[in-house]
Amino acid sequence: MRNNISIKVENLSKIYRIGLKEETPDTFVGAVKGFLLRPVENFRRLRKLSKFKEMETKDVIWALRNVSFEIKKGEVVGIVGENGAGKSTLLKILARVTDPTSGYALLSGRVGSLLEVGTGMHPELTGRENIYLSGTILGMTKKEIDNKFDEIVEFANLSKFIDTPVKRYSSGMKVRLGFAIAAHLNTDILLVDEVLAVGDLSFQRKSLGKMRDVVSEGRTVLFVSHNMAAVQALCPKTMLLHSGKIVKIDRTPEVLKEYFKLMGNKNPKNLDNLKREGNGKVKLTSLKIYNNLGDEFNYVRSGDVTVIEFTLEKYAIVKIVDIAFRFRDLFGQLLFTCSTQFTGQTLEINSQRLRGKCILNKFPLAPGIYHIGFWVAADRERADYLEKALELQVIEGNFWKGGKLPVVRKDGPFLVEHKWVFEEEKNGQ
Amino acid sequence: MQDKVNIVVIKPRGKKWWSIEWREIWRYKDLLYFLVMRDIKILYKQTVLGFTWAIIRPLLSMFVFTLIFGKLAKLTSDGVPYAIFNYTALVPWTYFSSSLTTSTQSLIMNVRIFTKVYFPRLFIPLTPILAKLVDFFIAFIILIIMMAWYHIYPTVKILIIPYLVFLMILFSSGVSMWLSALAIQYRDVKYGVQFLAQFLMYAAPVVWSISLIPQKYRLLYGLYPMAGVIEGFRCSLLNTKPIPWDLIISGTISALIIFITGFLYFRWKERIFADVA
Repeated sequence: MRNNISIKVENLSKIYRIGLKEETPDTFVGAVKGFLLRPVENFRRLRKLSKFKEMETKDVIWALRNVSFEIKKGEVVGIVGENGAGKSTLLKILARVTDPTSGYALLSGRVGSLLEVGTGMHPELTGRENIYLSGTILGMTKKEIDNKFDEIVEFANLSKFIDTPVKRYSSGMKVRLGFAIAAHLNTDILLVDEVLAVGDLSFQRKSLGKMRDVVSEGRTVLFVSHNMAAVQALCPKTMLLHSGKIVKIDRTPEVLKEYFKLMGNKNPKNLDNLKREGNGKVKLTSLKIYNNLGDEFNYVRSGDVTVIEFTLEKYAIVKIVDIAFRFRDLFGQLLFTCSTQFTGQTLEINSQRLRGKCILNKFPLAPGIYHIGFWVAADRERADYLEKALELQVIEGNFWKGGKLPVVRKDGPFLVEHKWVFEEEKNGQ
Repeated sequence: MQDKVNIVVIKPRGKKWWSIEWREIWRYKDLLYFLVMRDIKILYKQTVLGFTWAIIRPLLSMFVFTLIFGKLAKLTSDGVPYAIFNYTALVPWTYFSSSLTTSTQSLIMNVRIFTKVYFPRLFIPLTPILAKLVDFFIAFIILIIMMAWYHIYPTVKILIIPYLVFLMILFSSGVSMWLSALAIQYRDVKYGVQFLAQFLMYAAPVVWSISLIPQKYRLLYGLYPMAGVIEGFRCSLLNTKPIPWDLIISGTISALIIFITGFLYFRWKERIFADVA
């Protein structure tokens, strides 16, 4: 293996056997016979779980199929894809939890895997005991944990409860402890699966910050997540998996564009399942976003004319409504708000249903992922509020007609129209 | 040196699948320690009596057995009081049966750990084997106290005890590797092991004396390693008979076979544990 390569995967495949449907007998004799022979059948079925000689195609699935890639030292690579695309299987093989069916992988250096928060924690043991137990399970030595113990406790913010059994912890405390242990894992390669999707918002922000430190330390990181915003924020490079194969491995914005195309069409926004607050006198019933070209994906281009179209439904007698859209980044940091109160429009709602559009003439955010929140007040009282009504992917567009676009991580999220004026001053004249 | 980084190779099982990477075991030694400590610490958590249970459990068994088999059935006890005759057997027996039932379940109990992280899988069934030694030593100390109570003093024959303990651990580990690897794929084993433990107890000379076995079957019977361990404990501690070398030797042979086959079976199956669990 070349020196600067950290992970090399060659033709990796993994087959799983899925349980076939049992046949139901239709006669009494058949049922009795089935009952008597059931143990034999069961034995065959269980044994087959670990045998693949026959390779019948009916009840096997290829979780991964001939996957090959190389990752250089210090690269941070995101892995995205729908459920069942093979992301977790890939990570499990690299973490040596399960064996590949064919192909091979080479990893240089110590490998740490963070496939779950709080792996191996035992409820009866105290926080202190669990730090050592979980830490060694994740691959640390006692000495390493000794050195980092205070840091871990500090990060989890649990110094008061460190000698309390974990079963008396709140679920938030458990998550904090689990993440704190894992985040202090010191390995050359780190495999991370979906661990940021836990805890309350402020802890999520903190753990994302910690992940940023981790990736800036020059370690190789593979990061599986459904949180596109986190992938965008942490990984310069991303791999898109679909039904066990690599669709694309490239710079993150390119890959996410592909991903959103793949997902966009079959992802109707169902607002009913979202968390919402308010008295419900007026409710948001539909929401979509598109650009002036009529592309109706969940993405817009920087600089595009962007239209947010929505429908409100009235459930009580109300007169005046105020509406606002709030744009936040993945940290929950509020970036800007569009509000009818700002534009000074007083809106009377007379009919049962009201359709509206909010038009942004030149979309002002740099490529990245943002959340749009929705807020409506009926007669000055909050009627409906969705913190995350829509996840919005912003891709590169020509905001400056040919100029370079900023990178969110370095230059900040906003695109502001500006120009430069120079005047040369010559010496002595 | 930069070039000397450890390269991890992941591929389907190769030819030397059974071989153990000792360097790796050494690197994970702290984990084994904390796993064992976990098992010891949680065993009697939230009990009033705590470690007293390690004393009470074999003693209670002894009272029941002494009442039924000693007083009612009047089984022979090789010339020593039935209570201590029985308790001497219960000390290694309780270790064997409790480590057996615990490690059979061990993989099932630890599914959430080993489907998420890699570490030497053998640690899982071996953890109870080591953790139960604590109970064993507590029970052993009680045995010494009882011997003093009955004025039974050991002879030089007690030098065989460390070997008998080794044989006991060897056999227990072998059986544990077999049963834990079977139980993760066939959960029947989990239920069957309760009966197996009961059956094995009556098959071992726990409540009865080895003198009931006809001489010509003695060597064959010795293939059950617990026979040699229990009879060895009695002969050396209670000074009932000379050391039963025949039983110990044939027990060692079969324990070795079970240990090696159990090890191979476990190693053969361990790569698919995460898939069948």
